[in-house]
Amino acid sequence: MTMQIADTVSLSASDAKAREKARAHAAAARDNLRTEPRAVRIAIITLAIMFLTVFVVLPLVVVFAQAFSRGILAYLAALAEPEAMAAIKLTLIVAAISVGLNLVFGLVAAWAIAKFEFKGKTFLITLIDLPFSVSPVISGLVFVLLFGAQGYFGSWLRDHDIQILFAVPGIALATTFVTFPFVARALIPLMQEQGTQEEEAAISLGASGLQTFFRVTLPNIKWGVLYGVLLCNARAMGEFGAVSVVSGHIRGETNTMPLLVEILYNEYQFVAAFAIASLLAMLALITLIAKTVLERHLDEGEDASDH
Amino acid sequence: MTIEVRNLVKKFGSFAALDGVDLKVDNGELLALLGPSGSGKTTLLRIIAGLDWPDSGEVSFNGEDALAQGARERHVGFVFQHYALFRHMTVFENVAFGLRVQPRAVRKDEATIRARVKELLDLVQLDWLADRYPSQLSGGQRQRIALARALAIEPRILLLDEPFGALDAKVRKELRRWLRSLHHEINVTSIFVTHDQEEALEVANRVVVMDKGRIEQIGSPDDVYETPATAFVHGFIGESIELPVQVDGGVIRLGDRPLQLTAEGLVPGASKLFVRRHDMLVGPPGTGAFEGAVQHVRNFGPVQRAEVALSGGETIEIDAPRDKELRAGDTIGLNPRRYRIFAA
Repeated sequence: MTMQIADTVSLSASDAKAREKARAHAAAARDNLRTEPRAVRIAIITLAIMFLTVFVVLPLVVVFAQAFSRGILAYLAALAEPEAMAAIKLTLIVAAISVGLNLVFGLVAAWAIAKFEFKGKTFLITLIDLPFSVSPVISGLVFVLLFGAQGYFGSWLRDHDIQILFAVPGIALATTFVTFPFVARALIPLMQEQGTQEEEAAISLGASGLQTFFRVTLPNIKWGVLYGVLLCNARAMGEFGAVSVVSGHIRGETNTMPLLVEILYNEYQFVAAFAIASLLAMLALITLIAKTVLERHLDEGEDASDH
Repeated sequence: MTIEVRNLVKKFGSFAALDGVDLKVDNGELLALLGPSGSGKTTLLRIIAGLDWPDSGEVSFNGEDALAQGARERHVGFVFQHYALFRHMTVFENVAFGLRVQPRAVRKDEATIRARVKELLDLVQLDWLADRYPSQLSGGQRQRIALARALAIEPRILLLDEPFGALDAKVRKELRRWLRSLHHEINVTSIFVTHDQEEALEVANRVVVMDKGRIEQIGSPDDVYETPATAFVHGFIGESIELPVQVDGGVIRLGDRPLQLTAEGLVPGASKLFVRRHDMLVGPPGTGAFEGAVQHVRNFGPVQRAEVALSGGETIEIDAPRDKELRAGDTIGLNPRRYRIFAA
């Protein structure tokens, strides 16, 4: 932002001087912050590292240690179990559906909020956050209330022989609901900051709505979209609460990976449970790395727009 | 291409951005829309471009109803105040954009597009920047690329929204001169919006002065400077001394003091007297319409600027030649060489 202001307002000599002064001030302030005794610094850093080790690294290590406790063959055999394969397949399907839906909904919602002025906009923004503020279990229960045998649409669905609860549609719906905010939240600030001028320029140059979207809007937000999709996917695959309520836990049919981990663990099948868990942990690691890369791209994009 | 705007009204809530605007732009003209911020000039420009829609009124190009067309069909080149270059495209692709999005039936082949973009980059003297991204350019360079991009579609009309507003003073002056010669070269009907009177007077063939959603005056740069039509125009364009006066019975009074100025043809009542700073001539005390005490004097390039407390109680600033002897504490007579009086 500062760069932008500096660029748009004229860059007279006095401005430049004032900025240099401010910069020197900032540098001095930074050095002042580093004046704590060495011992204090080391103590704080050690504390942070210890905390992270105990609460983050250690559990992760334990997951993999448990998964491989009977050797790699037992690990692979556990993953090759039909039940495990079914859970992996279901998780992938549900994630694909909910990420796909949320990509479209998130884009539309972000577009509407960032590029148009209308009444109830603030309300809509608040509404988008609802899935984050509600306990996932309640999100699941809502769908039971709507589509369950005693629910509002229950009898109609039964009459027409449509199975939503305790089947893929219900799980996908609950997951979609819980993960809705990710894409929209990633895009709204980005699109708001970019404004509508480039789109206006494209249209005045003769581009159609679709051309404007694919040639101007989408390239400008692509890193944001990927960022939203990544987080959305991680949550969709790992969602437990909402899915647990609507799944019905039918073995080999409606158990996603997180649900299967719990079941196997309760049945003392530790290797199998941790083998599945290790896949989820791997997903988390990959997500983290991808997130770091994407954030760098997003920052670069912002820098580019600031100059 | 001629543009005609009739009785244009545009409201944002209860705020009237345009309050009944009529305007005719001749073919090949370079017209300036000049006014303070909030005067409606940018809204007018955006409506002509098709980026905004009026609540009522008409816009026609060459007699054809332009409001029946969207921005896409109007074939208007628009240069945005903050350039609005496509940040993820190179300079070359930015300029080529308008050619690449044409319907397949009329789209030129790649070689023709490349040649045309090259030509445009030569025109704005920035062909050496073709492979850069907008973020790597200076403000002045971005503005020229934005102009080249707008010209690529061979627009029927060129609209520029505060084209030099975001640039520093020196670059602004250069670009101003450059824009005028460019317009001379390509001769497209052009309208530019500015709040900078110097810019409007220097670049445009005709100036439209706007205030509060209305047009105050349309005329050549000389017209609006020499014979302002309204009090607003006089106050807005050029540095003016503004004094509240009373006209009654053929006499003009400042406070209680009758001024030795002709009141012929003036409407009786509260009025405003306008004089350009340099039109206030300094003489010995007792001569001229006004008398006052010099408060202090500063040199201002070719002139000296004096703050004078008039005997009526008002304090004004005048510009006098440097060779005139003026010192703080002097009592002087002041006579307006030229002045205008508008009913308040």
